Amino acid sequence: MSNTGEKQIRAVIVDDEELARQMLREFVLPHKEIEIVAECANGFEAVKAVTELKPDLVFLDIQMPKLNGFEVLELIGTDMAIVFVTAYDEYALRAFDIHAVDYLLKPFSADRFETALQRVKQRLGGKLPPAMELSSSARPPAQYAERIVVRDGTRVHIIPVAKLDYAEAQDDYVGLCTEGKTHLKQQTISSLETALDPAQFVRIHRSYIVNLEKVIKIEPYSKDNHVVVLTNGIQLPVSRSGYARLRALLDQKTKR
Amino acid sequence: MHPILFRLRNLGLYLLAWIPVAGMLVHSLTRPGGLSWTEAIAVTVPLCLVYAFVCLAAWYPCRATPLEKSSFTRLVLTHLTAAVVVSAVWTALARALAIALARHAGFVGLDQRLEKHFSVLWATGVLLWFLSVTFHYVLLAEQAAREAQERALEARILARDAELKALRAQVNPHFLFNCLHSISALTSADAGKAREMCILLADFLRTTLRLGGKETITLDEELALVRSYLAIEKVRFGARVHMEEEVDKGATGLLLPPLLLQPLVENAIRHGIANLPEGGIIRLAAQRNDDKVSITLENSFDPDTPSSLKTGLGLDNIRQRLNARYGTDASIAVRTEGNRFSVKLQLPAQQNGVSA
Repeated sequence: MSNTGEKQIRAVIVDDEELARQMLREFVLPHKEIEIVAECANGFEAVKAVTELKPDLVFLDIQMPKLNGFEVLELIGTDMAIVFVTAYDEYALRAFDIHAVDYLLKPFSADRFETALQRVKQRLGGKLPPAMELSSSARPPAQYAERIVVRDGTRVHIIPVAKLDYAEAQDDYVGLCTEGKTHLKQQTISSLETALDPAQFVRIHRSYIVNLEKVIKIEPYSKDNHVVVLTNGIQLPVSRSGYARLRALLDQKTKR
Repeated sequence: MHPILFRLRNLGLYLLAWIPVAGMLVHSLTRPGGLSWTEAIAVTVPLCLVYAFVCLAAWYPCRATPLEKSSFTRLVLTHLTAAVVVSAVWTALARALAIALARHAGFVGLDQRLEKHFSVLWATGVLLWFLSVTFHYVLLAEQAAREAQERALEARILARDAELKALRAQVNPHFLFNCLHSISALTSADAGKAREMCILLADFLRTTLRLGGKETITLDEELALVRSYLAIEKVRFGARVHMEEEVDKGATGLLLPPLLLQPLVENAIRHGIANLPEGGIIRLAAQRNDDKVSITLENSFDPDTPSSLKTGLGLDNIRQRLNARYGTDASIAVRTEGNRFSVKLQLPAQQNGVSA
């Protein structure tokens, strides 16, 4: 099987069940070109291993402790080849099909594993869809993110959305402001907006999303513009269309 | 069955409605040149009493010619013929009554005096019959509406039963596929263990099918199912799963709906232990307090993982099932304290089909 001309592939296995990891190890064994550089049993370990080792290929389980597969993906990006592994998750499977992502359904055969591996080899260097797009299409309908994960080096922060004061667009990043700190995450503000519950978070400005529960008042600023004042005293600009959205949402809330 | 004739209360109300009819008839018979008050009352009371019952017979032609399904001609012909005939018989009866009364002192000549009123009597009889026809159509419509309502209710109950059956019978596909994957992994590494796992899984599925089809099972049977489920999860999660049981001796024979606790234990693993890399403890306690049995399931969970806070569907199903079966006699309370999640069920203590 070994082919000296073939490029070495460094792989990481991420699964919380020992037996499942063992199975992947067994299937990888005949492929001398693949070297397993790390095995991780949870999302934190996975993020740490991938950022440190920069593998070419990650076998990523979806249901895991600490961080699920999609959250791991958001934090490690899609610069490497990913093969998702899952037992049963209809929304995830739909997302994989939409984005033509490789996946293995447990239990899988050696043949199925070989097919996935061949596809990965053909595609190495090719681009996966952005992680955010993938994770948002795997979310069940009418369900919104309950927390946001951000990475700071190899450290992972988990921000419950209820604790998020506001988000600010900064070039390719969003600044997530919570409890006096700002965490940067590589994501567009529009994709963040679609992940958040529209009954609680409002896009008040091209560059700002605010948590309605943190707003104490809305004040006029100039002829056309307003500002919102948050519980921690911070003021954020509100655009004209943002003001209309804010008003509509507040009216809806008072009606209920 | 006639809705009025066979319900004493309805019959009383119906006869009460005939008092003003009798009053009007007396009034029209005592007009100048007519009968005396005593004569009029003596004739009217028995006549009205008889006719009240005769008019109830309108129910049968009404039922035979439903308003919306019969042609106009048929409706008119049926009820007109009936009215003319019935009223004529009634008038003849009035004549016979007058002749009989005329034999008694005080009523001499009553039959001749009443003769002038036969046309009025006959017209009244026709009119009353038509009134009765209208009344019976209203009655039939109301009966049909009530039956439709009952059928709708019955359909709803049947649908709910079917749903509950489905809720009981479901085996979580995620669990099943993960099990099969574990077996597949074991086949090359430890064939004996793979076989053991197959048997554990078969036992669990068989017990689920057997218990799921029953109305009630004992707490002991449910606990056996829980243990067989945990034996499988222990193969998958290894040392991460610890179970503690504290079940009162007096509670093991109590009856409960099947597959009530197993889904809770499954939740505790999926949303609790599975998210803890170091594993955790599941504690199951059951005790009996007089006529209630309380069952508490407690597990550790990771407060940072959002899904562990709302075990969602599983709990909803159980709440629905308890509600359908026991109404307000059963309760379910969910609590989170630090990193402990607990569900407390309270239901009536029943033994061998009788309330204990």
